[in-house]
Amino acid sequence: MVKSWDIDLRIPLRFGLIAGLIALMESVIGIVTLSWERSLVANVVTMGQVLLFAPAIVIASMAAKQANQDKKLVSLLYGLVTGFLTAIPLIILIAMATAFDLRQFMPNVSPALIELLTFGRSPVAGSLILLGVTSLMGLLAAAFDFLPKFIQRPLLMGLIVTLTIGIFSEILSNRLRDLVSVDFSRAIFEGKALKTIIAAGLFAFVAVLNFLWNQFQEPIRGAFGSLPPRLTRVLRVLVILVLIALGLLIPTIAGTYLSEVINNVGIFVLMGLGLNIVVGFAGLLDLGYVAFFAIGAYSMAVFTTEGPLGVSNMSFWAAIPFCIVIAAFAGIVLGVPVLRMRGDYLAIVTLGFGEIIRILALSDLLKPYIGGAQGVLKIPKPTIINFFAVIRDFFVNLFRGLPLPKAPFETIDLIKPEQFYYIVLAGCALAWFVSWRLGESRLGRQWMAVREDEDVAEAVGIKLVSTKLLAFAVGAAFSGLSGAFFASKLTSIFPHSFKLDISINVLCLIIIGGIGSLPGVVVGSIILVGMPELLREFKEYRLLMYGILLVVMMLARPEGFIPSAVKRREMLTADEQMQASAETESAAGD
Amino acid sequence: MAMLELNNVHAFYGNIHALKGISIEVNEGEIVTLIGANGAGKSTTLKTISGLLKPRTGSITFEGEDLTIFPAHDIVYKGIALVPEGRGVFAKLTVIENLDMGAFSRTDREGIAADLDRVMTLFPRLEERRKQIAGTLSGGEQQMLATARALMAHPRLLLMDEPSMGLAPVLVESVFETIQEINQEGTTVLLVEQNAHMALQVADRGYVLQTGEIVLKDTAKGLRDNEEVQKAYLGME
Ligand SMILES: Nc1ncnc2c1ncn2[C@@H]1O[C@H](COP(=O)(O)OP(=O)(O)O)[C@@H](O)[C@H]1O
Ligand SMILES: [Mg+2]
Repeated sequence: MVKSWDIDLRIPLRFGLIAGLIALMESVIGIVTLSWERSLVANVVTMGQVLLFAPAIVIASMAAKQANQDKKLVSLLYGLVTGFLTAIPLIILIAMATAFDLRQFMPNVSPALIELLTFGRSPVAGSLILLGVTSLMGLLAAAFDFLPKFIQRPLLMGLIVTLTIGIFSEILSNRLRDLVSVDFSRAIFEGKALKTIIAAGLFAFVAVLNFLWNQFQEPIRGAFGSLPPRLTRVLRVLVILVLIALGLLIPTIAGTYLSEVINNVGIFVLMGLGLNIVVGFAGLLDLGYVAFFAIGAYSMAVFTTEGPLGVSNMSFWAAIPFCIVIAAFAGIVLGVPVLRMRGDYLAIVTLGFGEIIRILALSDLLKPYIGGAQGVLKIPKPTIINFFAVIRDFFVNLFRGLPLPKAPFETIDLIKPEQFYYIVLAGCALAWFVSWRLGESRLGRQWMAVREDEDVAEAVGIKLVSTKLLAFAVGAAFSGLSGAFFASKLTSIFPHSFKLDISINVLCLIIIGGIGSLPGVVVGSIILVGMPELLREFKEYRLLMYGILLVVMMLARPEGFIPSAVKRREMLTADEQMQASAETESAAGD
Repeated sequence: MAMLELNNVHAFYGNIHALKGISIEVNEGEIVTLIGANGAGKSTTLKTISGLLKPRTGSITFEGEDLTIFPAHDIVYKGIALVPEGRGVFAKLTVIENLDMGAFSRTDREGIAADLDRVMTLFPRLEERRKQIAGTLSGGEQQMLATARALMAHPRLLLMDEPSMGLAPVLVESVFETIQEINQEGTTVLLVEQNAHMALQVADRGYVLQTGEIVLKDTAKGLRDNEEVQKAYLGME
């Protein structure tokens, strides 16, 4: 524990400079200008304002927390100074931009940026206002911490939810227009932003809800706990049924565009579940995971394409098992040479394998079979029997005394994203179920043992070879299935769709979600695949946000959003250890 | 015929000749100890028995069956369990999960439950710490866990590699008491030790290993009384 009774100005100095540099960077790269007019809540706050002032607020609050708890004045001072200092780099930027034309070096330092940083005033007056604003924000951020926790948390939650809905206003308002009515949508959204009054209501609603939940969480949990076990089981089944119903209704609610995004997320969920088995369960770091995705996609392509490269006229459904088996086999083929390798060596070799597959796909050698750079075209979408029509006809004809429907039945092509969604959902559900059962099985224990310590695993009688190969095979099978969906969804595939960045993306999403955790894979995919898709309007800046998110996440929550049980325990014990050592330290100090 | 027989075993690490034709016998019910200085080849001997290292020549038989043809993970199914040097527990798993893993080679639920009771009585400390992460146990507790983990395989022969290494003197004594207790319950023990003093007190017989060769073999009492052993390993003048 740091015991600083005195004021240590180095603290706000350091924090303030960091905040200032972040704000400066955001300004210089142009994202503040780009999003300055982009309202989140109409007439109240824009995305650009949030981006520009968030560093001052967040970091001033961090600085204020460094002060001793009962020294409220010191923490206010820290907040104020941090906020004040945040403006300094920006003011230097204003001064330099006024004196010289910086656009040669920094193309985004435009008059528009300077104008918004100075609030449309003269450089001097504008700088002073900016200084005042950030100082005030720093001060308020420090003061916010004096509020009791039970008030802080609901306010924060309300703010986060309202701003998030504000960001996605355009998509949401489009959906409301289709689902309810134009008038309803207009009543809630104004342009690309939430209406002021609605935002206020939403904020209050979320805050109150969060407040009530925090207050009554314990009694509610207790009440549920004391229900008779049969009733809890019924309730659990009900919840699962509601979730399934929701899962089935999603495309109707989400519409075409969002369904497409969800399908992309689902394809990555499927890959993530597979890599989770290899990396999360068995602890084998595989950086060439895209290879199996490519193998699955190319298998689907050549088996089903109606173009000249087709080897059979299989249907989507007939090709699926082949795609899975071929990918699993490839998993074993890769697995054999790397059996003896560990950690970083394994990562490098698998990385190479991933590249080899892509280069093979590009090569002249395989061009006659898989099309080289031209790829494979004319891959059909899946077709299913129109059960609805068949059943309807069955009953209608039954009553009318007409002949009953016979094979071949009426079919429909799953062309729209809303339809393809069900295929992806089924694939993910299957992979989830298999992962869950395997995780709890004897094989799951073998993977856990191999992950934790290969030598001890061998000593207790675990066959390293088959354990590892099975992990590679199952992981590759999921990825192959995912690739097969991918090919059918796009109807044409090219080698450049299977680059290293896919492997890295999948690895990142399982780390962000929480390695070894199934819900984590879904959360990670939504954050790393879904969000960038929805934030397209921010162009290349979303990649920057992505990078920042990764760094912040690894610093703040290295165990991931939804850590697995083992990881959570590990973190808990680390915390407990820290607590214990802190206690002994203070005891020694007395 | 002895339970375990090593006959003229040569083992290599690359071209380092680590075992130069050693022959060892362990009879059922015994505690046999293998003493020797650092680097003498004690751990290598245990690795060769448990299949982690294949001998280049020589034979190893367990209850008349040739062991050298089996991979390491099969040896445990034969009834031999190894407590490796430097503990050998799954550091991130809990005590109970480690014990559960120790019984991986078995499917007899009742037998496993009975052995769990047995190791928990043998090591009450572990009972108290069922849910604790193995990596956060103290050195002595980790040694207990490693031994308990090996016992969960219900071995007839237990191979122990320097179980007293790095433990406080008080704990060392209890480690050797436990070894005797395990032996009295019917498990044969091959014990590798640098702490010759303690090892020779609990063992029935012993071998002295020097740079990959057996230089002496005798009853424990015989070795305790041997002048050379006293000088080199027991620190007596
Ligand atoms: N993995 C290894 N690679 C190469 N040499 C080794 C290895 N392990 C042990 N050795 C060598 O084999 C000899 C015997 O080692 P070891 O059996 O570990 O001795 P002890 O257990 O008696 O201290 C030593 O000379 C040691 O340096
Ligand atoms: Mg040794």
